[in-house]
Amino acid sequence: MNYQTPLGRARGLGSAGQGSHEWWRQRVTSVALIPLTFWFACSIALLPGLEYEAVLNWIAAPWNSVLLLFFIILTTYHTLLGLQVVIEDYIHTPWVKILSLVGIRLVFYFLGLAAVYATLRIVFAD
Amino acid sequence: MFDTKSTMSERPLSPHLQIYRLPITAVLSITHRITGVILSAGLVLWAVFLMAVAAGEAQYASTQVVLDSTPGKLLLWAWIYALFFHLCHGIRHLVWDTVHGLERNTLNRDAYLEIGGSVLLTLMVFLFALLRS
Repeated sequence: MNYQTPLGRARGLGSAGQGSHEWWRQRVTSVALIPLTFWFACSIALLPGLEYEAVLNWIAAPWNSVLLLFFIILTTYHTLLGLQVVIEDYIHTPWVKILSLVGIRLVFYFLGLAAVYATLRIVFAD
Repeated sequence: MFDTKSTMSERPLSPHLQIYRLPITAVLSITHRITGVILSAGLVLWAVFLMAVAAGEAQYASTQVVLDSTPGKLLLWAWIYALFFHLCHGIRHLVWDTVHGLERNTLNRDAYLEIGGSVLLTLMVFLFALLRS
């Protein structure tokens, strides 16, 4: 039996009235992150034993800088959406849930900003 | 909507998690979540790492000590494995979204393929790092 109204079904938004775009963005970011994950894993695997100059040069290399910035933005957003689902599934006390949802946003926006800023600073340092 | 006490009291319960041996598919499902949370925690460290590189050679020195230490390397490779596990299970989720790969007789086989794939990818990156350094 279908309990949805025809209009509700056409909108396809579920009982919350929103959120389907988040499901979709989770998928879009994950597809984009598949190749980036291989690149990032191979890059960080080389980190142990690397000199400071080598790390700097690696981040400042044009393609690496762009890929790193793209990776930071996509990962931050993907992480935010993922943690949001975990919080929504396991935390049922309304005020704790809202605080957690706002909290992870502030924390990961801040971390993303810090990571982007650090990358740009390394890239544009003379 | 429902008064929980009056409607819930006499109803039979479904098998509880603690007395229910999870099938491999369920274990992988919860591991996907756990690796997601672990990877998120790791991102905090990566942001700190980038800030340390930006701060200069002196500030980076302490980060370098951690990265070159055995616990640091173990942590790095555990994070890389979590990354590949999350990638492999994530790809299965993307396939499932297209309504493929949900057949009962192939689910367990795919689950073991996924574990094998994540181990293999980690080993390949390990080999790559070994040959490059």
